[in-house]
Order: sequence, then structure tokens, then C-alpha cells
Amino acid sequence: MSDTVVTPTGLEGDGSLSPADVLKARFKQLRRSDTGMLPIVVGLIILGAYFEIRSPTFLSAGNLVDLFVQSCVFILLGLAEIWLLLLGDIDLSAGWIAATGAAIGAILLQSSFNWPWWAALLLAMAATTAIGTLQGAITIALKVPSFIITLAGSLFWEGVAIWLIDGQNNGGAISIHEKVLYGIVNLNLSTTATWIVSLAAAAGMSFLIFYKDRSRRSSGLDSVSIYETFIKIAALFGLAIVLVLIFNTDRSTFSVIEGMPYAVPLVAVVLGVYSFVLSRTKPGRYLYAIGGNVEAARRAGVSVNRYRLLAFALSGLTAGIAGLVYASQNGVSDSIPGGTLVLYAVAAAVIGGTSLYGGRGRMINALIGGLVIATIYNGMALIQLSASVELMVEGIVLVAAIAIDSLARRGAAKLGGS
Amino acid sequence: MTDVPESPITLAPNIGLEAKRDSGSSVLADTPLLSLRALTKHFGPVEALRHCDLDIPAGKITALIGDNGAGKSTLIKTIAGIYSPSSGQMFWEGEEVHIHSPHEADDLGITTVYQDLALCDNLDIVQNMYLGHEETKVGLLNEITMELETKKLLRDLSVFTVQSVRQLVGSLSGGQRQAIAVARAVMRDAKLVIMDEPTAALGVSQTQLVLDLIQTLAGRGIAVLVISHNLTDVFAVADRIAVLHLGTLISSGPASDYDTASAVDLITTGGTTRDRSSHSSAS
Repeated sequence: MSDTVVTPTGLEGDGSLSPADVLKARFKQLRRSDTGMLPIVVGLIILGAYFEIRSPTFLSAGNLVDLFVQSCVFILLGLAEIWLLLLGDIDLSAGWIAATGAAIGAILLQSSFNWPWWAALLLAMAATTAIGTLQGAITIALKVPSFIITLAGSLFWEGVAIWLIDGQNNGGAISIHEKVLYGIVNLNLSTTATWIVSLAAAAGMSFLIFYKDRSRRSSGLDSVSIYETFIKIAALFGLAIVLVLIFNTDRSTFSVIEGMPYAVPLVAVVLGVYSFVLSRTKPGRYLYAIGGNVEAARRAGVSVNRYRLLAFALSGLTAGIAGLVYASQNGVSDSIPGGTLVLYAVAAAVIGGTSLYGGRGRMINALIGGLVIATIYNGMALIQLSASVELMVEGIVLVAAIAIDSLARRGAAKLGGS
Repeated sequence: MTDVPESPITLAPNIGLEAKRDSGSSVLADTPLLSLRALTKHFGPVEALRHCDLDIPAGKITALIGDNGAGKSTLIKTIAGIYSPSSGQMFWEGEEVHIHSPHEADDLGITTVYQDLALCDNLDIVQNMYLGHEETKVGLLNEITMELETKKLLRDLSVFTVQSVRQLVGSLSGGQRQAIAVARAVMRDAKLVIMDEPTAALGVSQTQLVLDLIQTLAGRGIAVLVISHNLTDVFAVADRIAVLHLGTLISSGPASDYDTASAVDLITTGGTTRDRSSHSSAS
């Protein structure tokens, strides 16, 4: 192939660009193209800085770990929503599906049933997957918006969850004593294990990045320069090391608590698997197609209903996992805020960059969005703002996120479209 | 309007000619790729198509013209398998076929490029080209192969105005989108590409892009059937012209047999006094 290496910046060359050129051109490209999550990440940093100024304990290791753990539920529910948002659908019942899953898991682990932990958790997740599939099947069969079916679902599953919990005659609460479920949020990897897991994850991702960039380069396709590949890998390892240092700092005043809570690698694995499926497999591709132009997808031979149903099922499964993490964190009671949780879930996805109209978004959006929500939640508690103010701020943040995204998109279209 | 005589139902076109067979080829050398004989389509009491005879040869551009409501869309939808004919026959490569679904039409090699183009704006060119038929390696999408093949195909079809095959289709101009939709058909090994008003919404340079592409297709041996209102475009590229009037194919033949005036006459009144054949000819 006689093609020269054309970097996505539009520069042509023989690949021997200096790092300075690459950075300059990259910046120009960012301005022109889809800025993606950049505004939100900047917003997150600003938020963090603000809270740190108002309350110097914000950036302490202990508080940051708390924040990461708090974000887990939001991230997982955000992931659940993204499966459907990509299609142009939505799940308004995700919070209550999570609560039902949490209830089923907690009840089966009680001494009256005494199921082994894996059976109880598996059944809880199977149940929520079935719920998601059921709502999807009804939506598809009746040819009505998922908004309505899941709205009905949010009422129904709230009833089911409360019925299950109150039915235990335990004062409307089930505390978690079983070690594995308890341990998701409350137990930690050892400091050594934290290092190993984090570095292995960084190494794994680096390998994928390196392999992909190198294949593109060797095939003669537009690709990034080798400098950029190394910058990405270095940033990845840098981030991993910073995280490990935060997690491994002893965050208890009385005893020693250190290491990464199990919830973090759990969420990371779910996020990783989902991202992979979405970006590298046919079903993932078809979800984007259906969300972008369902008629085009149909004419191209995609079994639209099959993939819609799959998305509903995955959404239900993810909500179940979120419910179990919530249970680990807060126990299971009849005052689980299922309604609020789903709002945070959608907010997390949208703040992170997923479009409500379908066809646009990535799984990592839930990560950033979940962190933003958790930051506000955590920060506001630290500076002791009342819950009412916290709610107002979150509403404003959601509108701001959509506004920034919408403006960025319009700007990109003007500058970059042909 | 002259009456079209009933064709004998059991005859295939060109029967009686000496069959010239290449070794390994089962198609009679002079047989059109697609032949319609006495094709009729009813929707309840409404006769949308009436005894249509049409030949569509490979490697040639056939323009289907007619007024609104003449039945052009119905005809191409019948060819594309969306409708089944009420009566009449279709011959593909000389053999009779019954096309019951778009999938069957696609299997034969008939691809329709619709006005709305059926492209996903949120996906890039490569992803649209391969939608539904992605190349995979160990179960995962083989992005590199798909991207290389897409670039190669666009080069072969002389589509050079697209900057990057990783551009989102939503950011392309109308002509480029047409080009992508057509390239998609070619990638699917289409033998007959049907285009419904391809230049309707396009400006001058984009129209030229599409017309050039249509000619490139024909040059590759693909049969192209184009519906168009735009007689300028029709006379710019068509090798053959077929005129539909109130559901009947009143005239067809080489484009040189027609000019704008007679074409307009045929479209609007169903006949012309300007020395044009007004009965259907089979080749």
C-alpha cells in the first residue's frame, strides 16, 4: 500500500511527527470534532476542586473511597439505562427492579432460607433479568413506548419489592449478615491484591490499545502516531497508580482499613465486559443501528426485535447487580428510594454523554456520570447542605450537562461537517 | 392507448434463438438479466400494474419514467420482492422466478436504493456499508478488513469526495449519502441496482456525482434501473427508457429512440404523434 500514514488530525506525513506537533494537532482536532466527555470531565474536576476548598477532607483517601463506593450503584444503574437509551428506549423502573433483586437476594440469604450465597445472588440476578425481558417483550408486542411500560413497571415492582420485604415480618428491613453480599462493599482486597489487580487491568487495557493502534498502522489505515499510543498507556498506568495509592492508604482512625473494596473491581469488570460487547461485537453494533435508524437496520436484515429484547434483558440484569451492591451498602428496607435511584441512573447516563434520542453513547458515560452524581452527593453531605439544596443542584447539573452536550454537538457540526 | 396482446404464458423470452453458451455459463448470451412478462398487480379493485412487459439488460442503465401515480414505485417494489405480482411472470437470467420477499430478491442480486437511503446517521461509512453483514474474526468485528475493503470499493467506484471512511454518515452531503447507499449495494454483489429518484434532492455537483456513479455501475456489468422525474438526468445517462402510463408500460426502447418532447407526451397522455413506437418492444 502506498498510502502514507494519515493521522486523524488530517496531517499527512511519514509518521515522523514530533510530540509537540501531535499535541497541537490533537487539540485542534478536539475542538473540531466530537468533544465527547471532555466538558464533563472538566466539570467533574471543577466540582472536586470546589468541594475540596469548602471542605478540606473531600480529597482525603477515606472520603474518596467512600465516594467511589457510593458511585458504584449510580454507575451500575447508569449502565442498565444505557442499554436501553442507545435504542431510544428508557427504563423508568430500573430502581425498583434493583430493589426487587436486592430483596430476593437478601431474603434467600436469611437463616430461614439459608441458600448458599452464589445461588441466592444468581437467582436474584436471574429474576431481574426476567423482569427486564418481560417488560421488553410487552413493549415490543404491544408496539408502545417503553416509557409507558416501564412507568407501569416502576409502580408494579415497587409494590413487589415492598411486599417481599414487609412479608418477612422483620419491621420492614432485612440486614445483611452473609459474608459475600456484605463483603461487596464492606470488605477490601489486600493492599497487594489491590496493586496486582490494578496493574493487571492497566496492562490488559494497554495491550488492547497497543494492539489496535499497531494493527491499524500496519494495515496502512489512518492511525495515531506511536507517541500517542504511549501517552495513552502512560496515562492509564498513571491513573491506576494514583487509584491504588488512594485505596491503599489506611483510612481508619481506630484500626487498619486499606485496600480496594470488592465493589470497585466488580463494577470495573461489568463496565469492561459491556464496553467490549458494545463496541466489538455484532449485537453491540446492531443496538447502535436500531437506535440510529430502526428502518435502515430492519432493511439491512437486522432482527430488530431480537436485539431490543436482548437490551431489555441486559438492562434488567444490570439493575439486579446494582440492587445487590445497594443492599451490600445499605441493607434492604422498605424505604429503598427506587424512584430517586432511577432518576440518578438516567442522569448519570445523560451527564456522561448518552443521548436520550438513541444511537449515541458509550458505556463509559455511566462511569463519568456516576462519579459526577456521587461527587455532588458526597460533597454536599460534607459541607452539610440540606437534601433539598442537593436536589436542586443535581437538577441544575443535569440541565447543564445536556446544554453543554447540545452546544458542543452543534458547534462540531458547524466546524467539522462536510 | 393500444392494447397489449397477452403473451403466451409458458414461453421464456428469446426462446427459439440459438443458445450461445459459454462454458460454465448457463445464461443465454442475449438474454436480458431481468424480464417481466404481462406483469400485473392489483390492490383490491385497483389495478396498479397492467400487463407490463419490460427487459432490463445487464451493464445498461434503464430509466423508468412516468407521471405520479403511474405505477413506477409499485413496479420496482414488485421486482424487489415487497409485493408479489397478481399475475404475469418474471425471468431472472432466463429462468422464471417467483420473488416472495425482499430477502429472496436480495439473494438473487436485486438491491434497491431507496430515496430515504436507509442509512444510519449515527454510524460511520464503514459501519453502514457492512450493516447486517459484518466481517468478523473470532466472533469480533474485524474493523480493519471492513475499513480496507470499504476504502478500496469507494476508490474502485471513483468516489473520491469522501474525506474519511470513518466519518459519520450524518455529516455527509446528499450526493455522498447516495454514493454510500449505492456502494453498499455493490458490496452486496448486486447484479441489478434499482434507484428511486436518486437525484431528486440534490444540487448540481452532487447530481453529477450520482450520475457518474450510475455509469460506473453499468461499466462494471451491473444492470441499473432508475426511476426519475428529471428528464435531463435521464437523457444524460440512460441507455434505455421505459415509460409507464396509468399502470401500463406503454413504451420502451433505446434512449436514442426518444427525446424530451416525445417523452413528455408519453408520460402525460400515453401516446405521441412524434413518430415514436407506442407498443412495447421486447428488446
